[in-house]
Amino acid sequence: MAILCDKNTKLIVQGMGRMGTFHAGLSVEYGTQVVGGVHPGKGGSEIDGIPIFNTVAEAVAATGANASVIFVPPPGAAEAILEAAENELDLTVCITEGIPVLDMARANAALRGARTRLLGPNCPGVLTPEQCRIGIMPAQITKPGPVGVISRSGTLTYEAVDQLTRLGIGQSTCVGIGGDPVIGTSFIDTLALFQADPETKAVVMIGEIGGSAEEEAAEFVKSNMDKPVAAFIAGQNAPAGKRMGHAGAIIAGGKGKASDKIAALEANGVAVAASPAEIGETLAKAAPGLES
Amino acid sequence: MNVHEYQAKALFREFGVAVPDGELATTPEEAERAAKKLGTPVVVVKAQVHAGGRGKGGGVKLAKSPLEAKTAASEILGMTLHTPQTPPEGKLVRKVYVEAGSNIESELYLAILFDRAAEKFALVASTEGGMEIEVVAEATPEKILTVLVDPNVGLCDYQVRDLGYRLGFVPDQVKKFVPFVRGLFDLYLAKDCSQVEINPLVVTAEGDLFALDGKLNFDDNALYRHPEIAELRDPEEEDERERVANEIGLAYVGLDGNIGCMVNGAGLAMATLDMINYCGGKPANFLDAGGGADKEKVKEAFELILRDPHVEAILVNIFGGIVRCDLIAEGVVAAAADLGVSVPLIVRLQGTMATEGRAIMAQSDLDIMSAETLKEAGELAVSAVKGAA
Repeated sequence: MAILCDKNTKLIVQGMGRMGTFHAGLSVEYGTQVVGGVHPGKGGSEIDGIPIFNTVAEAVAATGANASVIFVPPPGAAEAILEAAENELDLTVCITEGIPVLDMARANAALRGARTRLLGPNCPGVLTPEQCRIGIMPAQITKPGPVGVISRSGTLTYEAVDQLTRLGIGQSTCVGIGGDPVIGTSFIDTLALFQADPETKAVVMIGEIGGSAEEEAAEFVKSNMDKPVAAFIAGQNAPAGKRMGHAGAIIAGGKGKASDKIAALEANGVAVAASPAEIGETLAKAAPGLES
Repeated sequence: MNVHEYQAKALFREFGVAVPDGELATTPEEAERAAKKLGTPVVVVKAQVHAGGRGKGGGVKLAKSPLEAKTAASEILGMTLHTPQTPPEGKLVRKVYVEAGSNIESELYLAILFDRAAEKFALVASTEGGMEIEVVAEATPEKILTVLVDPNVGLCDYQVRDLGYRLGFVPDQVKKFVPFVRGLFDLYLAKDCSQVEINPLVVTAEGDLFALDGKLNFDDNALYRHPEIAELRDPEEEDERERVANEIGLAYVGLDGNIGCMVNGAGLAMATLDMINYCGGKPANFLDAGGGADKEKVKEAFELILRDPHVEAILVNIFGGIVRCDLIAEGVVAAAADLGVSVPLIVRLQGTMATEGRAIMAQSDLDIMSAETLKEAGELAVSAVKGAA
């Protein structure tokens, strides 16, 4: 089953520039149904065998797509999200980094009540091993299996997935929710999906400094989940007031510290890895017998 | 991005937010002339640096004549200001703002910021102006008033009136408060601010409202559409290395340890600092080389890391997803040779083309310590600096 995407997902790519085209190719290679690309002005052409449309509406009408991935540069990215939502896709995944907060605040507010689920922005995408790759994750380190992975970071997700795979523990779906202050799908949303997915037996959650999403997730785990959850929080030694690469990774006004997040997670029964090298082992200890 | 008080107040004026008259001065003579021009019985001479708490460090002085303003400016200009918010070495004062004195009746606090949990703008106000708001929030949370504004609805007058009455304003003051807050909110949206803070907002004996101080932060991601704001950047207020990093498009934060770090991805970069600490060492910096790291970027990153004289070893940690480890390895070998890197170099390559990357490093004449796992990389780096000490 997996969550968010599987072998039946029909994907279009919004923004067939260099990055969009490159990753569309890798997704096709992985077996994902990439049914079209959207690039205003290039409609009617083909890029690497993928038919191109001028608008999302045209692409959906012609292909029956139900998901999109956005590689549009920051000035137009929030509008690309709204275009996906207006065409009632089930899922839109925004890879773009650097969207102004104001644009995202408005777009996210407009998405309330809409059919479309937004993943990201500033995220590596979502991947269900051997079924579907949406975004930029390296597929070769993944392996199908019972562990759901959720993360605010890209490369740290790869680190965690790699550790799991090396231990022989596969993944149901790997989800990057994004490193921006305003994102479409939260830890809680994703935890709820994994809890409801019969193929997912345990979850790895990777948070970082900034905001309070991890604290909220910790309470959710205690009240709403019976599957074991292991976590790691990055930025335990980050100085206050400095943005650590991600727009959302900042300790402001004494809030958003790693120590508070770790304490909240542990108090709610989540096993927290002491170092980033022990994410896989921590999960294996919290949920034994998942190797295959 | 931060700006100075005098720049913030110019923007306040542009948006109809009341501020006292004032003039910028870079010499005592200019300060004297400014005081004469303002013509008020009292002027305030204020150091212009990107840090709060200036009064406590002696960066704000009252002057009752243009001559006193000159003297005050000569004391403040060129001083190294130490406040709770300045870096340990303090901040050199290069400019002062000379401002007309106000007849203060009471001091309040007002801010606009983005509430991440609610995903709405928050108007935050308190009757306890002139104090650090974090202290007020800790000691008397009931004195912090908050109004949330929906991004797609915008600010409503009733919300401001409500806030005004809760702050204890009389109807006449509420009438002045509404356009004051609206101007501030318009500024916040029009210029993509991330925070507007007025502390204190003063009520004068005559019942007028003034922003006596002004702090503005801007969303860096939105600067592309506000060239006039980007121009307000004062490079002299920024950390030298962070400024250079900004220019070459790398995310860098200087820290106080001795292990320099180059990593791809912000999350993994933070985790690498955590790994070093866990192994008993101290990182010298955070550096995210980004998803598009190539040979040239690696060299620029190395140059940046080596600008820090405390660096005794460099740890490169790359998890190749998009980034190809063989290209990174070529970059590391070239940079180490070109720059004559003399400190121990620990490189961990994992993911796309990692085997090829490790082979490239092994074939070079350079003494590069290769690590396979994150743990190994952290341990090697920490023992390298311990061995050197």
